[in-house]
Amino acid sequence: GCFVFKPSTKKRRFSDKTAHDFRCTNNDSEDTELRFVTCQSLWNQIKSETEQIQENLNKQLLDNLVSFLSRSHSDFQEKTTEWTCRMKFREIPTAALVLGVNVTDHDLTFRGLSDVLQDNITPYVALLEAKDCPGIKNLMQKLMGQLMNCDIDVDSLEDEDCVQVSQNRIRCSMSSLISWYDSVTKKTDSETPSKKRNSSSRHWQSPPVVVIFKDMESFTTKVLQDFIVISSQHIHELPLVLIFGIATSPMIIHRLLPHSVSSLLCIELFQSLSCKEHLSTIIDKLLLTSRFPFKLGEKVLQVLINIFLYHDFSVQNFIKGFQLCIVEHFYSQPLSVLCCHLVDMKKRVYSLSHDQCENIRRLPSFRRYVEKQESGKQIELLTNDSFLKEETEKLLEDLHVYHENYVPILRCLHVFTSSLPKYPLGKQIRELHCACLENQVWETEEYESSLQLARMLNKTDLVTMLQQCVEILMSSSVKEFDKAVEKLKEFLTQFQNLEEASQERDVSVSPQKELQKKTDLYHLQKTLLELKESRRSKKLTKFEMLRFEVVDYIDSLVRRYLVPADNRTLHEIVYFNAAAVLRGHLNAAPRTALHTALNNPHWYLKNQALKCDGGGISNKAPDICIVYKLHLECGRLINLVDWLEAFSTVVMAAEEPNADAASSDQVDDVIHARFIRAVSELELLGFIKPSKQKTDHVARLTWGGC
Amino acid sequence: MSRPEGMRSSRRSLQVKFVSDEDVLKHISDDAGTKVRKEKAQLSVSVKRFVKKLENISDNEAQEILEEKNYVASLGICAQDPVGNGSNISGGEVYSFQTPKRSNKMAELASELAQTPEQNVAPDHSKCPEKMAKTPQNSSNFMWAEIVWKCHLKKKEFVSTTPYRLRKRLAAPDPYLESESEYSTSCSEEEDEEEQKEVSTVMSDQKTPAKAKTTSAPPPRNSLAKKKKEQKMSNLVEEYFEAHSSSKVLTSDRTLQKFRKRRLNQQTLHDLLKNAPLAYAAEIRDLNRQHESLFSKWMLQLHLGFNIVLYGLGSKRDLLEKFRTSLLQDSVHLVINGYFPSITVRSILNSITEEVLDHIGTFRSPLDQLEFITKRFKEDSSLELYVLIHNLDSQMLRGERSQQILAQLSSLPSIYLIASIDHINAPLMWDQAKLSLYNWLWYETTTFNPYVEETSYENSLLVQQSGSLALSSLIHVLHSLTLNARGIFRLLAQHQLEKKDNPSYPGLSFQDFYQQCREAFLVNSDLTLRAQLTEFRDHKLIRTKRGADGVEYLLIPVDDSTLTDFLEKEDEDV
Repeated sequence: GCFVFKPSTKKRRFSDKTAHDFRCTNNDSEDTELRFVTCQSLWNQIKSETEQIQENLNKQLLDNLVSFLSRSHSDFQEKTTEWTCRMKFREIPTAALVLGVNVTDHDLTFRGLSDVLQDNITPYVALLEAKDCPGIKNLMQKLMGQLMNCDIDVDSLEDEDCVQVSQNRIRCSMSSLISWYDSVTKKTDSETPSKKRNSSSRHWQSPPVVVIFKDMESFTTKVLQDFIVISSQHIHELPLVLIFGIATSPMIIHRLLPHSVSSLLCIELFQSLSCKEHLSTIIDKLLLTSRFPFKLGEKVLQVLINIFLYHDFSVQNFIKGFQLCIVEHFYSQPLSVLCCHLVDMKKRVYSLSHDQCENIRRLPSFRRYVEKQESGKQIELLTNDSFLKEETEKLLEDLHVYHENYVPILRCLHVFTSSLPKYPLGKQIRELHCACLENQVWETEEYESSLQLARMLNKTDLVTMLQQCVEILMSSSVKEFDKAVEKLKEFLTQFQNLEEASQERDVSVSPQKELQKKTDLYHLQKTLLELKESRRSKKLTKFEMLRFEVVDYIDSLVRRYLVPADNRTLHEIVYFNAAAVLRGHLNAAPRTALHTALNNPHWYLKNQALKCDGGGISNKAPDICIVYKLHLECGRLINLVDWLEAFSTVVMAAEEPNADAASSDQVDDVIHARFIRAVSELELLGFIKPSKQKTDHVARLTWGGC
Repeated sequence: MSRPEGMRSSRRSLQVKFVSDEDVLKHISDDAGTKVRKEKAQLSVSVKRFVKKLENISDNEAQEILEEKNYVASLGICAQDPVGNGSNISGGEVYSFQTPKRSNKMAELASELAQTPEQNVAPDHSKCPEKMAKTPQNSSNFMWAEIVWKCHLKKKEFVSTTPYRLRKRLAAPDPYLESESEYSTSCSEEEDEEEQKEVSTVMSDQKTPAKAKTTSAPPPRNSLAKKKKEQKMSNLVEEYFEAHSSSKVLTSDRTLQKFRKRRLNQQTLHDLLKNAPLAYAAEIRDLNRQHESLFSKWMLQLHLGFNIVLYGLGSKRDLLEKFRTSLLQDSVHLVINGYFPSITVRSILNSITEEVLDHIGTFRSPLDQLEFITKRFKEDSSLELYVLIHNLDSQMLRGERSQQILAQLSSLPSIYLIASIDHINAPLMWDQAKLSLYNWLWYETTTFNPYVEETSYENSLLVQQSGSLALSSLIHVLHSLTLNARGIFRLLAQHQLEKKDNPSYPGLSFQDFYQQCREAFLVNSDLTLRAQLTEFRDHKLIRTKRGADGVEYLLIPVDDSTLTDFLEKEDEDV
């Protein structure tokens, strides 16, 4: 079943093979090289950025773990042989690491963890996975293999094979592990510091042995129990620390281990950051910034977020989707060569070829732009390449400025909307971002209602929000916002003044007090009526006026800066919008594709004879479609003879409508063969299987029918 | 009653009475739609984006529905995409419940389909033909319904609200019905068979009007079911349980033997199919050319660390083969035919270590082997390997452990995997962990190519088993045994062949067998025979069964023809 093909002349791969692929794929070979380089550099930047983010997010957790580890075996250092100490040592120090359900992201965390441990605490770290350890023997084998290998790494022994042999020879048992540990620690003790200390000086005299169970839930209970019981017997000889990676909840430890075993563990709980916060940070750092020229369109972002929220909670997959977006964009959009930083942009614009200029002219957003210009400029734009380039540069700069302005204003708006009751525009900034990208956000009902709600905010909230906005705008360092900042500050001082004024007014007469003075019923009624009247046509208080003003001002900012990107000229260059492609590649539905192909072959095979509306199927359809359609009419079991007969009826009617009765008696051999093929294809696809329940019957494996 | 009358009345009633299920469903779903819309209007303040849901746990149920809708909507945005994956179908259509089926519905549909060519002449009036195709069936339904109606009128006990089951019970023993109409309520198999024979002969005879055959076709249950659907949707529940509870299957008893049809063997089948022209070859070629234009994109994406999986109807073998010959000629690549019945992960790993890495030696376990491969590929960055797997979801590779190993293999940065899947449930093989190892990019490549290679190994029911595989393995095993052992087996085989006409032959009892072996000087004691039999059993050459009386019976689980062949071969050898 396996065939290896080796090229006859073993060519070494060219250094830029991938670039070569990128190039040869494009029919218009415009700037492909440059595009590929841009794409790669952008992706590398983003990758390192995400790694940085991940590291920062995990820092807290890792620090906690490291301090736990250093604490756990400080007693061991003192080498006390007292009874009490021993008693205590029957308990293995254990860290339970709750990581959340996004199992696919855990690998990165563990890699970071083991790196940190090896740098700071101990060279002896073993990572175990459930799939490698079906039994206790495999577990020990794996454990010892990893530990002894890291021994080699540390001491950088030349005679690797000697250790290799010994690893195979040594019986994998706890005692051999202990003797190995003794010998290693003794060796490092006895050796002169000259050689080894430079590498492992960070480690202590007798560093602990850390065993990490990556996916604790998947381990068989027996293996875990045995390992814990055995190692607790030897804990006074071997300073062991366990780390459990837990995806669900810490309760699982007690579910997996009986009390007698779990009592041998001294568990401390560590919680990692939730994946949702992780995603928010990633979106914040990658998308809501003008640092990267590449942007995601609304639908694309929506698809990525949906896959995250509804399928896997995996940040890793989100980033993978992001990578795919970048590749697709640079691959399919010839103008993406301009999707770069402002510094390079000028040069690239001027080196554009004529074809590329034509490409620009073909962009829908550019066309719209041209239509708006006066006729003289229109002609210039459409005929003069150098003029077009100047204009393009200007427009791209505009686009960049738009992005620079967009983000701070979006954050300001988010400050307002995220504190409103029921969150009409969403709690997370990504939702707001999507809404703004989708269409003009101020035209939506949600925006309307959130403004309504904002007009009812109380003063303290409003003031803190304004302060936050000022901070955001100040930190954005965009010159254009100076005025906005001033305006907001002015609002703040006005609120301040208002406060003082109202305090003064409080001292002044209050109507209630006046009311109490009156005893006359007539007057009382009159005043009450007046009060009521005044309340109805109540003049707005100063505070309310100011509040309206603030909200209106924010509204004006939103209308000015949060224009959807689709309206910007040349947005196609930096925005990736092919959500369908992305979804097809990441979140495919194989079953639906099969369903369509079988029920509606015309979708794929553009032949008039196959055209048939109204859920039916033409009798000229491919054999497998007919057989499939017929089998839908059956229950759990299908009689092959009936099936064959029905099939031959259909096929013969399709082939020769005026067939005579004589031939119908005996099914044609060719039709029989075609039927056999179609049925076995259905079997391969998993719709039916052979059944022994009744002779010459097959069983259906799917429900439903026409 | 005369036919014209029935026809006319049926036409009239069609407008008044008969509402197709689709219309009913559409009506209902329309209703629901407006309801949801109303709700949406009310809740518009509180909810817009379903994403919020995960943050707002306190959402009420209505919102949840709304959110789900939104989700479907936002995921269904690819409906208007021109590449045209068939993904604009809702899940309900693809994954539906089991519904009760009538025994000869298939024949009906076949006849319906057989009629379509006449309608295809005029493709503009595509609506009409459909209606025409349905009328005969409906009219027959109506006629039958009328009969029932009359019977009931006579008995004066027809109540429109009578539940379906009750009515059925009433209708079944109705003597009038039996006598008056020529239709019978019983579903006896002979009747069915006759009916179907009739149908098929009538069907092939195109001169007979379509009505004649369909009037005879639908059994009473059919129209009752129709009536029931007209009346109440609540019966759906009843129907559901009916469909699921009945362990009895109503299918006709016809077998291929009675059908006077010789079974085709693999070779003749192959020849026949080769001669048969492939339908829509031009369109299929167009389709494939479309896929072929993606080759270089695949290469790019493979190099960027993704792996590619192809799905869709039709064999993707030729496509991958073309990909291989056009782009992979200059690089080391491994082709794995997953559909091959004896492929194992072991053999895949072996071919990597032995042929790609030129390593001589064995490994204790696949995991060790995998580790070795991983190490080698990590050490030597110039090594790279393209792996093509046809049918990653085949019987032999779909196991959890094999998938795990393949996934780990594919996650190596210098191993590029491109695979195809066909089974409808193939994606179920992979959990999140494996998916992230595989790092798939999905490509829909519907080719409509026949699965020639893939199904040639499948032991299809209709294909005569040649048994050559079983025979060769039998001979192979026996050749490694002693002369005495072969003699023992021979005895057993001969005895089995003598009794081959006896269908209830339980096998040779141990005592008798021992006696015979002793007489032939093959064994000298009970114990030696038992030892020999254990060996046979270990090689799966024989099967032992304990009869009702506690006696052990020995049987060779091979069909008679193979056994005969075997004995002939043995005779030649000796």
